[in-house]
Amino acid sequence: MKQIAASKTKDIILAKPPAKKKAVPTGSAIPALSGNSGPQNRERPEQPGSYRATLQEMLSFYREMLLIRRFEEKAGQLYGLGLIGGFCHLYIGQEAVAIGLQSALIPGKDSVITGYRDHGHMLAYGIDPNIIMAELTGRAAGISRGKGGSMHMFSTSHKFYGGHGIVGAQVSLGAGLAFKHKYAGDGGVCLAYFGDGASNQGQVYESFNMAELWKLPIIFVIENNQYAMGTSVNRASSEDQLYRRGESFRIPGIQVDGMDVLAVRGAAETALEWVRGGKGPILLEMKTYRYRGHSMSDPAKYRSRDEVQAMRENSDPIEQTKARLVEMGISEDEIKAIDKDIRAIVNEAADFAESSPEPDANELYTDILVEQY
Amino acid sequence: MAVELKMPALSPTMEEGTLAKWLVKEGDVVKSGDILAEIETDKATMEFEAVDEGTVTSILVSEGTDNVKVGTVIALIAGEGEDTAAPAAKQAAAAPISAPAAVAAPAAPSPVPAMSAIKSDPAIPAGTQMVTMTLREALRDAMAEEMRREPNVFVMGEEVAEYQGAYKVTQGLLEEFGPARVIDTPITEYGFAGIGTGAAMGGLRPVIEFMTFNFAMQAIDHIVNSAAKTNYMSGGQMRCPIVFRGPNGAAARVGAQHSQNYAPWYASVPGLIVIAPYDAADAKGLLKAAIRCEDPVVFLENELLYGRSFDLPVIDDYVLPIGKARIMREGSDVTIVSYSIGVGMALEAAGILAGEGISAEVLDLRTIRPLDKAAVLQSLTKTNRLVVAEEGWPTCSVGSEILAICMEEGFDDLDAPVLRVTNEDVPMPYAANLEQLALVNPAKIAATCRKLF
Ligand SMILES: Cc1ncc(C[n+]2csc(CCOP(=O)(O)OP(=O)(O)O)c2C)c(N)n1
Ligand SMILES: [Mg+2]
Repeated sequence: MKQIAASKTKDIILAKPPAKKKAVPTGSAIPALSGNSGPQNRERPEQPGSYRATLQEMLSFYREMLLIRRFEEKAGQLYGLGLIGGFCHLYIGQEAVAIGLQSALIPGKDSVITGYRDHGHMLAYGIDPNIIMAELTGRAAGISRGKGGSMHMFSTSHKFYGGHGIVGAQVSLGAGLAFKHKYAGDGGVCLAYFGDGASNQGQVYESFNMAELWKLPIIFVIENNQYAMGTSVNRASSEDQLYRRGESFRIPGIQVDGMDVLAVRGAAETALEWVRGGKGPILLEMKTYRYRGHSMSDPAKYRSRDEVQAMRENSDPIEQTKARLVEMGISEDEIKAIDKDIRAIVNEAADFAESSPEPDANELYTDILVEQY
Repeated sequence: MAVELKMPALSPTMEEGTLAKWLVKEGDVVKSGDILAEIETDKATMEFEAVDEGTVTSILVSEGTDNVKVGTVIALIAGEGEDTAAPAAKQAAAAPISAPAAVAAPAAPSPVPAMSAIKSDPAIPAGTQMVTMTLREALRDAMAEEMRREPNVFVMGEEVAEYQGAYKVTQGLLEEFGPARVIDTPITEYGFAGIGTGAAMGGLRPVIEFMTFNFAMQAIDHIVNSAAKTNYMSGGQMRCPIVFRGPNGAAARVGAQHSQNYAPWYASVPGLIVIAPYDAADAKGLLKAAIRCEDPVVFLENELLYGRSFDLPVIDDYVLPIGKARIMREGSDVTIVSYSIGVGMALEAAGILAGEGISAEVLDLRTIRPLDKAAVLQSLTKTNRLVVAEEGWPTCSVGSEILAICMEEGFDDLDAPVLRVTNEDVPMPYAANLEQLALVNPAKIAATCRKLF
């Protein structure tokens, strides 16, 4: 915590009316402008490679991504049946991002925070699908006891800090979690996910500045699924290569194929090495895509069917992984068995979420404050 | 004439300080920028710089002196060619910085009676045709009409143009007015609220849409600190004719961060107009008034009302007065005061009560600031009982304000205590059953009214 603790103990402020100050001749006192000292003058992380997964790892990537896919499809169904209400943002298409990144973390040591599109990140941490689904249906067994809903889920035992509905807020909050890691010297790293749309919020840049200034251990992850609700990246962003968004704060950025779980995991390794090495924050731009509308109520007329279809056919993260498994010698039957297993888990979660009771009426008044006054 | 150096005030709150150290001595020649002394305030040690040039002729307060009052002469400097002989040390008493004003603030002018006398809804001639339209359409028409009328009106916000509005309130505006006047922004509330406010200061008439008012919390600084205070701080020179609009209050099942009523927040800010209409005619007439208004307006809509249909008079240029409440239903036993979505619930409650022989009057405030006190008090004179129904938290609510008004100015008319009926004092839960319990509803309003008899 040197950078922070070493703040000045005695403030010397000039007490003079600035208007009366004479013009200072521009001379040698002013350092030369460094117009051409670009990022090449600074240390930068290596371009990450594709992760070399063992067969076992590849199998679990497949399983976990498939679990998210099937879970989200089921959630969409339950929404249609009126069992889930309000806003519900599905993660379908983006599975490789959460799985590739979070598989590289140490749960319980590293922390994770994201926005409202959070079911996948919860599942990626192996949190029980039953209690996630029960939160979506607003039941007492839900992970927030039914009080949070789809957008507001947390698991402090996994150091998963939610689950935030205000676009961009999780970036500052994530920097705060990283601050904690550094303050406590616990060796943890924070992974803060946010969207391409969120990357335009002012607090993101305030946080970037402080994170680099104080060398906070944080990986900023932009999940660039190309749209913020109905607005495509280039309609909202003057610099649409989002991995460069940290450059003016000296935060190195890497653009990653977010549809390829091995590319994502490879980037996670590089980023973790950088951050754990005490070099401060790093920014990963995950190029990904959401297949569904922004939320359940979005008709998604701002893009063509063909665009979605092309992405599904050529870049699907689960299909890519399946093909790799086949290459590694896994049989179609073995893959089918996994699929069947996952469907069973998801169906059970849905049954549980439908049949478990709503919260007790008294719950309305609990958890507002921690203490009694 | 020697220049008197006075103990400087080095912070907005500093009244006295310690003259810690002199860095010059009598007879030294100083020029502007030289550091003369170090002064300790309650917060920091500051350097005191010379502004004038000349010779230090005398040091009147020695270093190490505590509690030197701001304004005390601490040294004298003689300019070039002046007599540098130290004049007899005159311990000039510090001029009082400002006499504490023990004068009572003038009583705030009460605009209420005048307003009630002057302003009223435009008369709707008998036989005026009525059309049925949704609140959403009425709001859109209000914007479109004002944009046709005044080229400086433009609409800006997230998804307002190509997507036609997240809740389709700006449907068709892009097509009619083009991308220079119907502008999609990135998700940057603080930034575009500031840009809107600046544009209004510059003379345009922005209509800034927040996707919901929950997100206006990102931008509240510009609403409160930039827009609301401009006119006052500039002594009436600089105006800020801007409308901040969007859905406010609870929607359905959207949880704690997306379900809040900000009417009391903004209503507490002098310099703002706060409007929260209930039906489509009011929404249209008041939004048009808001866009024409020279003051910054916070215009609070309600998502659950957007799709509701109401009758609207077919009148060219239907503009309503800001600051006027409206009696929605006449009654004689109890007044239910409400605004926005609460008015519909109050009307339902009045229906329930009528079946029990209780005649309830329903008063729609429509404008929350300035509040139509006269209308509240008039109705109270008639019914002698009053309940405020509000879809929002009870603490420091609009209801709290109405209660205070009734106590202060309507006490003699009261036959029973004034009561509030509001949402529960909890963040909005997601679970369907808990959400229902948390929200105010017609049955709760009726039950509260019954308590008064
Ligand atoms: C401060 C704020 N403004 C607006 C919204 C409404 N909103 C919710 S999600 C969203 C789009 C966000 O897009 P992006 O950051 O790209 O994330 P994605 O939804 O694509 O995952 C918007 C505008 C909000 N929740 N918070
Ligand atoms: Mg996006």
